[in-house]
Amino acid sequence: MTAAIEAGRIDSFPTQQVNGYDVRPGRTEPFGATVVPGGGVNFSIYSSSAQAVTLVLFEQGAQEPLVELPIPSQFRIGSVWSMVVFGLDYENIEYGYRVFGPEQQDFRDRFDHSQILADPYARAFSGRDSWGEVPDRDRPYPYRSRLTYEDFDWEDDRPLRIASTDLVVYELHVRGFTQDPSSGVAQPGTYAGLVEKIPYLKELGVNCVELMPVFEFDEFENSRINEATGERLYNFWGYSTVGFYAPKAGYAATGAFGMQRDEFKNMVKEFHRAGIEVTLDVVFNHTAEGNELGPTIHFRGLDNRTYYMLTPEGFYYNFSGTGNTLNCNSPVVRDYVLSCLRFWASEYHIDGFRFDLAAILGRGTDGAPLENPPLLESMAFDPVLTDCLLIAEAWDAGGLYQVGSFPNYRRWSEWNGKFRDTVRKFLKGDGDVGDLATRMVGSPDLYWARGTCSSINFITCHDGFSLADMVSYNDKHNEANGEDNRDGANDNNSWNCGAEGKTDDAEVNTLRLRQMKNAMVLLLTSQGVPMILSGDEVGRSQQGNNNAYCHDSKLTWMDWNLVDENAELLEFVRNLISFRKRHPSLRDGHHPRGDDPVGCGYPDVSWHGTKAWQPDWSESSRLIAVMRNGHSVDGDDSHVYIAANSHWAAHEMQLPDLPEGMRWHRFVDTYAPGPLATTVPGQEVLLDNQHSVTLGPRSTVVLLGSRPIDA
Amino acid sequence: MEIGKRQAGDTLILSLSGDLDGRIAPETQREILEALPPGGQVLLDLGGLGLVTSAGLRTMLQIYRRAQIVDTNVTLVGLSTQLRNILTATGFLSFFTVDESVEQCLVRLGEPVGQRGGAE
Repeated sequence: MTAAIEAGRIDSFPTQQVNGYDVRPGRTEPFGATVVPGGGVNFSIYSSSAQAVTLVLFEQGAQEPLVELPIPSQFRIGSVWSMVVFGLDYENIEYGYRVFGPEQQDFRDRFDHSQILADPYARAFSGRDSWGEVPDRDRPYPYRSRLTYEDFDWEDDRPLRIASTDLVVYELHVRGFTQDPSSGVAQPGTYAGLVEKIPYLKELGVNCVELMPVFEFDEFENSRINEATGERLYNFWGYSTVGFYAPKAGYAATGAFGMQRDEFKNMVKEFHRAGIEVTLDVVFNHTAEGNELGPTIHFRGLDNRTYYMLTPEGFYYNFSGTGNTLNCNSPVVRDYVLSCLRFWASEYHIDGFRFDLAAILGRGTDGAPLENPPLLESMAFDPVLTDCLLIAEAWDAGGLYQVGSFPNYRRWSEWNGKFRDTVRKFLKGDGDVGDLATRMVGSPDLYWARGTCSSINFITCHDGFSLADMVSYNDKHNEANGEDNRDGANDNNSWNCGAEGKTDDAEVNTLRLRQMKNAMVLLLTSQGVPMILSGDEVGRSQQGNNNAYCHDSKLTWMDWNLVDENAELLEFVRNLISFRKRHPSLRDGHHPRGDDPVGCGYPDVSWHGTKAWQPDWSESSRLIAVMRNGHSVDGDDSHVYIAANSHWAAHEMQLPDLPEGMRWHRFVDTYAPGPLATTVPGQEVLLDNQHSVTLGPRSTVVLLGSRPIDA
Repeated sequence: MEIGKRQAGDTLILSLSGDLDGRIAPETQREILEALPPGGQVLLDLGGLGLVTSAGLRTMLQIYRRAQIVDTNVTLVGLSTQLRNILTATGFLSFFTVDESVEQCLVRLGEPVGQRGGAE
């Protein structure tokens, strides 16, 4: 049995046998299963009150265990059970644990040694190896922990450390992005498929992708058939983690071969090579174990009251709206979350994390919000995470709303929900221009102490309408979700421009395109980090569905035909991103103070109305213009004038005078037809009239004041 | 696992047949590394491979890295579609030169084709 005793370690020899296998006492750390020199595997698992732990080994895919190896009780140190097992064919092994609780179980515990538990530290899982392959529900132990190789040839790859001021984020779903046949990639719906689309993203100009959940999850969780359509519904989005240390195998072309880790790492390496950061949307607020009726996967049977927030009666708190709440600020779970993030940052070279329902991470073990949540503080100062973006979705399903007040240690940034709401209201014509102005300069009311980059600005994200739907629907249309349109938000601040849904009315369609452009202008010329929802740059629709979490179909897949069909919008967005890069005043990390930091004779930011220097802040105002002054990237003075009008009528805008020798040039006029709405940055068009500009109905204009540009 | 060896000019041709998994990989690796000619050309003919696991891929990368150290070039031929897909998805393919066939590789290297030794 004892193979390969060749490495020069004196602890590479077994000390005893258990059920015919050579073993020796293991190392407590690292937790999980680690291949050790000498041909053994070190298994290490924690449970605060287990009385006995048995390691259960399966040959890959087998119904019944290969062998069960009780860990000798003298192998335990503290509450950690560890054992090295020799002679395993580790590519073909799946493992799990039976955990035996005390005879008199605490009423909050749920030990059950008839169940086999997964390792919460497992680096890979089998059981959902290929997306959508219908699982055998009778198979014991459905999500199985796997052993994997740690090594990967990163060459000189490192996280990119792009300055936050320069980021343009793009939120996407790994499978949805390339699954549609129109993607034309060789291995659709996978990490490898995504790699093939990197040139598209690079050309668009984004430099950070935010991947919707990629930790192992079960697309068949709550899977059901929609009675009305006969269509199978899935957990498509994946906000329900099974394995926190494991990339989703079903997103890997090589998942069936257990090589998802290599494929994921290669994807990160390729993104980095293209100058694009990789940020992960991570879900630490709850797990896939659900409530009292949910499945037992790992935590519940290992140490229920350590890992979950429980009511005094022993039931699960449900601040996540999905059945349970991870007990994030208990010392053990805090360590778990932190080490998991460190693992992704160091092992996978991840550049940042966006935390789903992050307000939960600031709740104490009794559910009450903490003043100084230890977990959030630890993340903020963690040595390995120093360069990682930490982005909070600063609310939860328990009513805690912390946009602007999330415990931040001057380190955390937030999805700025107020930016979304304010811009949407303005666009549909009920906005408050003062509020809009505040959002345009990085929401100083919320982030003055932290700087503008703490504001992740977005108008759309996976959750809610796509941009095209925001201008095409007044109401959500979620019938396809099979819940009689009851699910999803009702408060969308959307406006259909005159007809609900798809229409042949050319006037309506023209206005919709213009509204999408207006939205992109406000998003990409505002201070703060802009985030684009994938597909919005080409007007992707979800047919009015604002909660498409359960659809693995054309409804949620990127339609690559739109790249040609909506080439005009795509070109418009590309130009805006490129313009943003050329003019640092649009992305300044400091909020404006009204002084002249670069010495160009103008304040950093000034506000204007139909008359220069006279903004109309009244309640009925539907129009605002801002002038930003600073340097362009080549060091010359640049004056950028952005005027936004959500009134149905046109207005003549008097322009502020420029310094001697400078001229106003048009970069954007969304009222101009077709491709004339924008120019390639650097080729802005000199205005004939240097004193005023016409701002069309429901339109935006962006002008560049610079030395005359040769046409 | 069987490893056939033959020489075509300055190029060593190693033909692998059988499964390349965790059980076989260490021994296969050892055998190939011992055969690496310093400063030469090695052609790995993988046309006869069955199952290739993660350990098998690592064996190939180890060979590539060791070959680099002794200034030897490694070319792969005979990739099945599946193996090619796996190598592409994991990025491992980018480390290797790939040719469609032994003959194509030998022509590219300016070696005599179909002489000396013949098939293993």
